[in-house]
Amino acid sequence: MGKLFGVVLAIIAILSAYPIVAHWYVQPVDISTHGHAIDEQLADTMAEAGLSFLGAQLLLAFFVWRFSQRKPGSRVWNIPGGATLMVAAAFILVGTEILALGVLGQKAWANVYFTPPKPDAMQIQSQAGQFAFYFRYPGVDGKFGPLHPDKIDEGNSNFFGLDPANDVESRDDIVSAELDVPVNREIQLLMHAKDVGHSFYVRELRIQQDFVPGLDLAVHFTPTQTGKYEIVCTQLCGLGHYNMKAYLNVLSQEDFDKWMKQKISEQ
Amino acid sequence: MEQTQPQSVHVHAPPEGFLWKYVFSLDHKVIGKQYYGLALIAVFTGMILSWLMRFHLVWPNAKIVGLDLISKSGAPGGVITPEYYLSLLTMHGTLMVFFVLTNAPFAGFGNYFLPIQIGAEDMAFPRFNMMSFWTTAAAFLVLVLAFFIPDGPPISGWTAYAPLSAVGSDAGPGLGWGQNLWAISIGLFCIGQLLGSLNFIATTLDLRTKGMTLMRMPICTWAWFITSCIGLLAFAVLLPACLLLILDRMAGTSFFIPSGLVISDRLQNHAGGSPLLWQHLFWFFGHPEVYIAILPAMGIVSHVLVTSMRKPLLSAKVIIYSMISIGFLSYMVWGHHMFVSGMNPFSSLLFSFPTLTITIPATILTLIWLGSLYGANIRITAASLFALGFVSMFVSGGVTGFFLAQPSIDIYLHATYFVVGHFHMVMGVAAIFGILSGTYFWFPKMTGRMMNETLGQLHFWFTFIGTYCIFMPFHYLGLVGNVRRYASFIDDFMPALMPVHRFVTIAALITGAAQFIFLYNLIHSRFFGKPATDNPWDGTSLEWSIPSPPPWNNFGGKHPVVYHDAHQYGVKGEKGDFIMQDSPETAAG
Amino acid sequence: MAATTVVTSPISQIADATRVSGHVEASRSGIWVGIFAIIMSFAALTSALLVRQGSGEWSHIVIPSILYANTLILLLSSVTMEMSRRALAKSAGVTAWIGITLLLGLSFVAGQYLAWRHLAAQGLYLATNPNSSFLYVFTGMHALHLLGGIAVLVYLLGRVIGGYTSLRPHLLDNTAVYWHFMGGLWLYLLFVISTRL
Repeated sequence: MGKLFGVVLAIIAILSAYPIVAHWYVQPVDISTHGHAIDEQLADTMAEAGLSFLGAQLLLAFFVWRFSQRKPGSRVWNIPGGATLMVAAAFILVGTEILALGVLGQKAWANVYFTPPKPDAMQIQSQAGQFAFYFRYPGVDGKFGPLHPDKIDEGNSNFFGLDPANDVESRDDIVSAELDVPVNREIQLLMHAKDVGHSFYVRELRIQQDFVPGLDLAVHFTPTQTGKYEIVCTQLCGLGHYNMKAYLNVLSQEDFDKWMKQKISEQ
Repeated sequence: MEQTQPQSVHVHAPPEGFLWKYVFSLDHKVIGKQYYGLALIAVFTGMILSWLMRFHLVWPNAKIVGLDLISKSGAPGGVITPEYYLSLLTMHGTLMVFFVLTNAPFAGFGNYFLPIQIGAEDMAFPRFNMMSFWTTAAAFLVLVLAFFIPDGPPISGWTAYAPLSAVGSDAGPGLGWGQNLWAISIGLFCIGQLLGSLNFIATTLDLRTKGMTLMRMPICTWAWFITSCIGLLAFAVLLPACLLLILDRMAGTSFFIPSGLVISDRLQNHAGGSPLLWQHLFWFFGHPEVYIAILPAMGIVSHVLVTSMRKPLLSAKVIIYSMISIGFLSYMVWGHHMFVSGMNPFSSLLFSFPTLTITIPATILTLIWLGSLYGANIRITAASLFALGFVSMFVSGGVTGFFLAQPSIDIYLHATYFVVGHFHMVMGVAAIFGILSGTYFWFPKMTGRMMNETLGQLHFWFTFIGTYCIFMPFHYLGLVGNVRRYASFIDDFMPALMPVHRFVTIAALITGAAQFIFLYNLIHSRFFGKPATDNPWDGTSLEWSIPSPPPWNNFGGKHPVVYHDAHQYGVKGEKGDFIMQDSPETAAG
Repeated sequence: MAATTVVTSPISQIADATRVSGHVEASRSGIWVGIFAIIMSFAALTSALLVRQGSGEWSHIVIPSILYANTLILLLSSVTMEMSRRALAKSAGVTAWIGITLLLGLSFVAGQYLAWRHLAAQGLYLATNPNSSFLYVFTGMHALHLLGGIAVLVYLLGRVIGGYTSLRPHLLDNTAVYWHFMGGLWLYLLFVISTRL
């Protein structure tokens, strides 16, 4: 049985690593300027964690294969170096790994969170509610009108609770169920939760950020490829959670202008 | 307070009558078995819930015969609705984390063996002990009651993030009385665990028998002791958090609910609360909880391994210090659950470093187990197979922690199946392996009968291969961005992944079915198993020096004297290659 | 359990002195460990207060002045608790001192209740605003813990009325530790209440 354990574990370890090595499961294409650093970090971590995984599993498999069910009363002995060797190995191996990953990882994190958006970044407000995303563009005046939660009326498509009758700034605000953005332009997404917690996740953008009720957060990103991408909710928000999604349409500047013009004329 | 008096601690008199012997028993061994039994009910319930979830994910329209009898609205005609899927998910998580992973390895085995291993007649406060079990049992009943009320079980997940969990039934089904029951249940559970932890600490500190210095305690005793210290802090924080949640729900306060929420077209009458406050309080408990589940398993596995290897571990001291540092660090890392929650991004980096650092003691533990196997003479039994399986699972689940500890990678992997794979392996399956290893190992002591070894090993192979088949693919799914907690996969890119999900579901059904081999073995052996000797595994610790099963007062009224630590293996002793802790002989080499 | 079990229990007959002291030690550790857990709970509530204060809708409320009178009563009860310990050592007047401590403890709880009534009269209920929520939670949780101590005092009083011999000093000592802790905890809470709420 000991030998069997060794063989089975070795097979499991190799089979587990194979889909990764063979690149069966890779992240969707990266369409952001900051995503590259995250992918690189992920790949580095995969290499280090993968080697640790294979090393430890194969060692365990070999030791059990070699040292199980020997004759009763067989001599037992300790590995040269003993506990000191193990502790030293853990400190050196994992310590370097931590330093390397920790320091490198900060760069990727800083790209997303510590670099402020450029002043010319395009501001779009996103509101998450059970179970839909809505997006609001400030319109020609470049200003968002204030929100009045008591004015929210889904029946009349007032998803944000705007009051154009009294707020001048709200009058030209454009509300859309899809996030249309021009390519290669920095976007700052102002995040507002209407009811409970939600999250904004676009795999291709390498962005995931919770909507926290009562806390107005913001993320910024620059999409680099045109196309239609899925925005999904990743924070458990109720019975329709699995069905809460929207689309990110990254358009060329001309297409975006056309879209914007059309939206304005619809008002 | 009576039990604090010297006269009454000399345990209770021998129990008489069914009620006092088996139900409201003060005997730590009976209480330990009660905890174990409760965990057994919870684990099979939780497993069946996971079957239903896996089944629904890949055959969303298939009817499950009889399910509509349990919940007419949740599964009309036997087809699970999206909200019932979330109910199953919440109950699965809550049952498993609280009532299985905390109850069995810590409260169950700990209660049974901690006093024996330190040579005590019982816990320091037997009455508190009995109360702590019955509080936990009440918590269990309150939780399960949620299945049978019209509102149904809560749908907010085992983490019960506010405001979803706090605003009441406007936000969806199960969030009315279902969520109330959840909050009350967890509050009760905290009280039970606090009493239990207090008992464990006082017992370990003050009731050790003559010669049983702290460093002579077996590693699993240490693990239970450290766990009870962690539990005392963790549950002391979760309890007030639950209280505040209950007040928000029932008394209309606004601790976790901010202003201006519009739910179901209704403006909520709350103002100024902080949803992140719940997350901070919950994860301050929640992360240490992971170690509450895994540390006892580490202790049990070390105990089983050292007995099976016939040689001491490379260093028991290093293992103990590593466990202590894990316990210590576990309080500095809770923020790593909140990297994308809108917490200050600098805090994310601050939480990332201790999280990465915690891998150092974890790696030391792994290397000590691995290195100790070198040159050993491993006896292969169901118990030792599960212990070796634990090491393998701990490594597999541990290395993926590297990814999630880094905030930058967590941006991509957070809330995907990668996380599900990670915590199921390192916390769920690894701890379950510890529990199973402990069960095969200690069953002879607890019942006086041996378990069937063939069935045990068969159970191991199904479980070992099966769990890898279930949880390894989760990581791949996460890497491509498969989001967790979805009742069905209608995203554009999901259909391509369905074959993987189908494979996982089939593996889960088979692996789960194999657990019934274990249940059969457990029950059958209890009555018809081969009679066990006092020391069937040639162990050294004190539990092996007394009859199987032990008498009600453990050592028959005598007080054992301890001469050695618990690791005298690979030596020439009177009885073989080991010397028992209470044997005065000296190791000849 | 009555003192007679000492005689009937088969184990206690062979019990040696170290075992007995082990259990005395255990009850002392138990009290300190319990205190530690309570500190942790109130620390969690305090941090909840700080986070909640930063989150908004925070106003200040005037706290009922009866709380200061209650504080004096509770501090006084700690003194009488010490007196009962001395009395036990001298085997004289224990009943009286424990009785007085118990009465003071009960008056404190009654006083806290009056403070609640006072708040309610001002229109400040549990859910009125975050400040009143925390005030009720803090005072309520503290009173609940103190009632635990009061229950033990009632039990002790019953024991001393039955005769000094059945009251082990360490039992009273432990109760005193807990009681003083409750006093200290209240001072801390009063500080938090008066500066933050």
